Amino acid sequence: MNFDDTPQEAAFRETARAWVAAHAPKELEEELASSSLGRIRLKHADIVEVGKAWQKKKAEAGWACLHWPKDYGGRGASPIERVIWQQEEGVYGKLTQPFQIGEGMCGPTVMAYGSEAHKRRYLPKLASGEEIWCQLFSEPAGGSDVAGLRTRAEKRGDDWVINGQKIWTSGAHYSDYGLLITRTDPNVPKHKGLTMFFLDMKSPGVEVRPIKQANGMQEFNEVYFTDVVIPDAQRLGAVGDGWNVSLTTLMNERMSIGSRLATGFPEMFELCTNLMTDDGLAIDDRAVRSKLASWAVKASGLKYTSYRAISALSKGDRPGPENSIGKLVAGVMLQDIATYAMDLEGGAGVLTGADEEVTQGQFQQMLLSSPSMRIAGGTDEILRNIIAERVLGLPGDIRVDKDVPFNKVPTKGRS
Amino acid sequence: MNFDFSDDQKQLRDQARKFLAEKCPPKAVRIVLDGKESYDRALWKGFAEMGFLGVAIPEEYGGAGAGHLELCVIAEEVGRALAPVPFSSTVYLAAEALMLAGSDAQKQAWLPRISSGETIGTLALFEGTGNPSPKAIKCEAANGVLNGVKKPVADGAIADLVIVAARTASTGRDSDISLFLVDVKAGGVEAKALTNLDPTRGQAELTFTNCKAEPLGAAGDGWSIITQVLDRAAVLTAFEQVGGSDRALEMGRDYALDRIAFGRQIGSFQAVKHMLADMYVSATLARSNAYYGAWALSTNAPELPEAAASARISATQAYQHCAKNNIQVHGGMGFTWEFDCHMYYRRANALALGLGSLSYWEDQLIDRMRKRNAA
Repeated sequence: MNFDDTPQEAAFRETARAWVAAHAPKELEEELASSSLGRIRLKHADIVEVGKAWQKKKAEAGWACLHWPKDYGGRGASPIERVIWQQEEGVYGKLTQPFQIGEGMCGPTVMAYGSEAHKRRYLPKLASGEEIWCQLFSEPAGGSDVAGLRTRAEKRGDDWVINGQKIWTSGAHYSDYGLLITRTDPNVPKHKGLTMFFLDMKSPGVEVRPIKQANGMQEFNEVYFTDVVIPDAQRLGAVGDGWNVSLTTLMNERMSIGSRLATGFPEMFELCTNLMTDDGLAIDDRAVRSKLASWAVKASGLKYTSYRAISALSKGDRPGPENSIGKLVAGVMLQDIATYAMDLEGGAGVLTGADEEVTQGQFQQMLLSSPSMRIAGGTDEILRNIIAERVLGLPGDIRVDKDVPFNKVPTKGRS
Repeated sequence: MNFDFSDDQKQLRDQARKFLAEKCPPKAVRIVLDGKESYDRALWKGFAEMGFLGVAIPEEYGGAGAGHLELCVIAEEVGRALAPVPFSSTVYLAAEALMLAGSDAQKQAWLPRISSGETIGTLALFEGTGNPSPKAIKCEAANGVLNGVKKPVADGAIADLVIVAARTASTGRDSDISLFLVDVKAGGVEAKALTNLDPTRGQAELTFTNCKAEPLGAAGDGWSIITQVLDRAAVLTAFEQVGGSDRALEMGRDYALDRIAFGRQIGSFQAVKHMLADMYVSATLARSNAYYGAWALSTNAPELPEAAASARISATQAYQHCAKNNIQVHGGMGFTWEFDCHMYYRRANALALGLGSLSYWEDQLIDRMRKRNAA
């Protein structure tokens, strides 16, 4: 048992480290390091612009999507080399946020189901950040139950005509392409009537509207489709096989989202070592210590669970679905930590932004944003189902709509 | 990175699991639970023959000289099987204290007998209510004799060798405490068995009356040695707790698959599935923290104090969580004496207290993290 690289890994790390040291935008290092939660915002630069420049530089030197084959813009690196790269890329990895959906979900789906011509045309530009992709899955009527989606695709000659609405689409407003799942046959049970496409986001009839979220920010979008035409050549997988295609995407979603998780613990520990309460330093209080210790072992438990997964990768094993514990633990932690930090501040904990004197509203912002951590990329409940079914081998849920034609499934609870 | 046990160590774990499945089924644990025996003598002998007792003891002192990672994988299986033997008190406490602080003669005298199963050892630390603290120690040593009362002492009624923390000064400093070796056969110790949460592991009150005692380690070093012994035992116990957590989770999972209610497997209800998923999460976090503790223990890393406290807290929480929800999944049957659930519940809650309570270790962890951050 050790934390050491193998000689090959060490050599790879050395190469990566030297390249990052020579090429990273060091002027952004401090700002990136201090923004640990939520979407990255830079004071004097646009994240998409700076991100594209960094991604391009990486691609030219073979560091973008490095686990992909060379022919498609990658480096042909092993999974463990990808992890080492991420460690060495460090805070600059935050600049890749606009590309993560494309790299983690859309790219692998195109790789699995696209034609050779598609792969050569789209993947290298996706890898280099020249073209950004978004994922058009969730709908107002289909979140956790993605297969309940209603966006229609109807065949007209060699084309498909799309009508409907998607929601919670990150980055739709700056994306060039989108991975789109649609319903092509409402007369069969829901999982059987789906088909996957990709489309140019500038196609006529595509309208992107930002969503104002519960935390007051606008990070996601609604996307409306009105008679949008997609050529049949942009279909991924067979007609009616969209559900299977989407599973490739979603598996990758949970793997990629789990890789850089904020728990709020370091910020909380820091707060408690500095915050003076009526009874003295917060960290000297018995109750505070007990809570901190419980969070500390969750944070370290996640860290060492990921080290175990990395060790498995290093040996050539594939980490399993047990890695879905990461987001489940971190999401709840963020929310609990934020709530408790404000409790320690007392009445003034109600203030936000610059009006809050202790941390300029850091924990208040965490509180308002944290519900999304427990929903996006698989709700806590879906993740528990995954653990129960795929890790523990418990039975799947009973699905009353499984064998019912989609257009006969009830659409309203109470009327 | 190779943050995992080696193939040889995993093989040893499988070997221990097989041995315990055969020699220590729940039926055997129940003989001690029901008070018919104070511990499983045949199993103890088997432990010695398998080399489990001396696995981390150097060869020159009669052990196998393998190491602490090997001891960790055995501890996991001991916890999983609820082995009713004085393994933790003898191996994690007495042998570790001897290896840390014993003179060559003391090691020569006792370690081979621990390896061979002849000697049962323990550590006498607590004196009634309270957590480990030099202030709590009233038991006195002077002129080579001990006087005082210790309780509870794990396996105290069956121990041949007792390591006693005693007061040798009263300045209010940690250096007031020294450690002593007591050979029970030499007399001066009276043992009284006490009832406790987990009857598969004995607890006793030991009364020392002008009892002959030999210093272990330098005078005044007692508290520093105790702290190190507790850290080491915390990591090893964490593996027992991880083994127990996994077993409790498996029992709950199996029952959820077998039991039908409302016309379906109860494991198909989300309320039950999610409870089991949460148990899996706790058990996984505990295992990962325990692995880090194992690494720190086996390399004697400066991170050991913090790693040990993390392993201890995480494993205590996980085992308590898994053991109580295992009963919940079983419903009414889980609350019968006949089902094994309560044996895990008892062990989980007894282990949570043995080396100091959860809140004690929480306090320790925060102190140690602060110290590191300040440095």
